[in-house]
Amino acid sequence: MKKTLIPLAIFGVLLVFLAIGLTRDPKEIPSPLIGKPAPVFTAPVLNGQGAVFRSKDMLGKVWLLNTWASWCVACRYEHPILVEFAKSKTIPMVGLDYKDQDAAGIQWLSRYGNPYDVTVTDKDGRIGIDFGVYGVPESFLIDQAGVIRYKQIGPFTEEVIKDTLIPLIRELQP
Amino acid sequence: MKLWLVLMLVWQCHTTALANEAAPLAEDPVVEQRLLTIAEELRCLVCQNESLAGSRADLALDLRRELRTLIKAGKTDAEIKTFLVDRYGEFVLYRPPVKPTTWLLWFGPVLLLLGAVWMLLRWIRRNQHTTAPQKLTDEQRTKAQALLQNTDTPP
Repeated sequence: MKKTLIPLAIFGVLLVFLAIGLTRDPKEIPSPLIGKPAPVFTAPVLNGQGAVFRSKDMLGKVWLLNTWASWCVACRYEHPILVEFAKSKTIPMVGLDYKDQDAAGIQWLSRYGNPYDVTVTDKDGRIGIDFGVYGVPESFLIDQAGVIRYKQIGPFTEEVIKDTLIPLIRELQP
Repeated sequence: MKLWLVLMLVWQCHTTALANEAAPLAEDPVVEQRLLTIAEELRCLVCQNESLAGSRADLALDLRRELRTLIKAGKTDAEIKTFLVDRYGEFVLYRPPVKPTTWLLWFGPVLLLLGAVWMLLRWIRRNQHTTAPQKLTDEQRTKAQALLQNTDTPP
């Protein structure tokens, strides 16, 4: 009796592991950058007539860096959610127009609304590489000391903003 | 001698500057060879079953361009791998480092094999016990003898 139960037990354990595996998204690779200082960058402002954005200027603020592109399909889905979130003026939002053409990016923002306080361009994807971006949209919540506290892989949903992002911001902001 | 060195360096800077603008195929074959060796060991994050060397994903192209710059800057293989691990995590390495969290991954198969061998040995030993020669009863013995005597003698 006991012996026949052993294979069944092994099968049960295997089943549990497989079930856990099914709930995980292999596309979501945990970022090693969480808890580490965000890469410092300087980038031209989109439609800024030569103006330059320095990430160092954001020190002392909790802010969100959101990577997007006019060619990115999932960004279309995320965009109205970000526009809605921006209305609450919870934190400054910086858009990073990743590997995009300026004209296309400008047109996109004028068509779908602009949730960003400033949008910068990353034409060759260098800034994206420093942030470990492997698929837009990806977003980074950066604290006053310039440390990355949270990374959203893929589009934000209303639930993620309400249940994860806002509580985290409340925790970080005095 | 020094002048020659300077001239050589200037020439090299000039050619690499030109190479940057040319198609990747026209680049330094030594750099390409090293790039290939390193990139074979790295995972493309977009199509996870492809290596960075083999992938045609946009990100893989960009990362190969980054690696080229690092190779040209004289970085070692280890430094280049650290560059990627710092940004994308150890997931990019097809050969993960041996450390407490990866012990199961590295030694698990050996443990499974040892366990299987142990179970096999136990099974063999148990079977040997059950097939040990049994003593015949007197009745069986006479029966066997009768059978033996009844057989034809070989020619």
